[in-house]
Amino acid sequence: MQFIINGQDHALDLDSRTSLLDLVRDHLLLTGTKKGCNQGACGACTVLVDGERINSCLALAVQYQGRAITTIEGLGSTKALHPLQQAFIEHDGFQCGYCTPGQICSAVGMTAEIEHGVPSAITEDLTAETIQLTHDELRERMSGNLCRCGAHNGIIGAIQDSFVEGGDFKNNDAKEAAE
Amino acid sequence: MIAFDYARAASASEAIASAASQAHAKYLGGGTNLIDLMRENIEEPTALIDVSTLSDTIDVRDDSILIGAGVKNTAVAAHRAIRQRYPVLARAILAGASAQIRNMASVGGNILQRTRCTYFYDDAAHCNKRRPGTGCDARDGFNRNHAILGASPACVATHPSDMCVALAALDATVHLRGADGDRTMKLVDLHRLPGGRPDIETELRQGELITAVELPALPSSTRSTYRKVRDRASYAFALVSVAAVLDVDDASHIRDVRLALGGVAHKPWRAFAAEAALRGRPATQANFRDAAEIELKDAAGLRYNTFKIELAKRTIVATLSELNGRGRS
Repeated sequence: MQFIINGQDHALDLDSRTSLLDLVRDHLLLTGTKKGCNQGACGACTVLVDGERINSCLALAVQYQGRAITTIEGLGSTKALHPLQQAFIEHDGFQCGYCTPGQICSAVGMTAEIEHGVPSAITEDLTAETIQLTHDELRERMSGNLCRCGAHNGIIGAIQDSFVEGGDFKNNDAKEAAE
Repeated sequence: MIAFDYARAASASEAIASAASQAHAKYLGGGTNLIDLMRENIEEPTALIDVSTLSDTIDVRDDSILIGAGVKNTAVAAHRAIRQRYPVLARAILAGASAQIRNMASVGGNILQRTRCTYFYDDAAHCNKRRPGTGCDARDGFNRNHAILGASPACVATHPSDMCVALAALDATVHLRGADGDRTMKLVDLHRLPGGRPDIETELRQGELITAVELPALPSSTRSTYRKVRDRASYAFALVSVAAVLDVDDASHIRDVRLALGGVAHKPWRAFAAEAALRGRPATQANFRDAAEIELKDAAGLRYNTFKIELAKRTIVATLSELNGRGRS
């Protein structure tokens, strides 16, 4: 099977039962992506496929051959943090950190959805061209990612603080320069 | 999970031929329900035929919209024409699951997803749906999420879809392709009530594939919305939900109304009796309540879900009142 993970090509022989989550963790040793519930309820396994967020635990790897898959390792590193990773640190967006890679991948996918005008269950005007990024909108849109430490307020704060229109995130340096 | 062969079908015809040539094959869409069921050995296909890349377009026509069965749930809810003309459908989809799952789940798979009854999932429990003839532990168990309408002694499970409740209210037609050719069926006729065979959930024939869902046009004066009541504000299945399509004339009389309920039955529950009671009558709260009473007349509660009978009535009244008042779309 042929995969594109974080821009790198991989060719592996896999059992058809292998989930996308087990592929990245057990076969490629990209252990940033976490296995929480393994049934789509917690969001810890969230990765991006062609820029869209999905639960990798419910995905058969075989179905995702040839698609551009991004895990947390593809977003940032300890030497070069993604702006959201920096914002999570500043906002106490985690305690134990287990849900964090999923939260961050999910937030990146969510940003793209907002830029594409995808409404949410609480969006008042379904036909509006642009979506107001309120606290409640963010909470609704991030409801597929649970944090058992209860860091949700920090998580929402981090996303709200680092989001800039155009589907990108501002990094801390840019923010300080702007201030 | 038992081992299986995987193959991606290049066309609907190829998928159907492939299914016909194998004893225990299943079609694979987004996999969000099927993979979970396979992991629990509730579903044990020996072959998966991937149909997720087939019929993945939304075709806007003058008198209808045709949604391919492979279209992802998010893409349906985000589609401009659907947001404008069928807000009930966009809202129902957005009220279901999480954003991650909506990005994976297909329209066809959403329709064919199976109940989330915990006794169906629990291999140690008796379940006539999982193993016919073994009994039902939900009937005397924790049945808060179970049926109040159309249930049988054999099964009190509910159909979990939000999208299907909207499709029922919109009079949607399902396009099917099988070894015997193409046919169509109303969405409301596709799912079965449990009766004595809760293991048989739909009217689909062996190997038949859902290829599309068609939404008939609505008069421009029609308003529609979806209201979902659940135990937490997001990412939970419905205790009760209501999809409502309402057309009121200038004299505040109901020209047309279509109502469907979710979370209450083994299938998306079209409220035909309530609709008949409302057509031609003044759009008032009292009439909404009368219609809700008529629809829930034969409702039967279990130990932990009797509250859903009154909840369903109030949700019908609230949803119709909302549409009649400010016309949320």
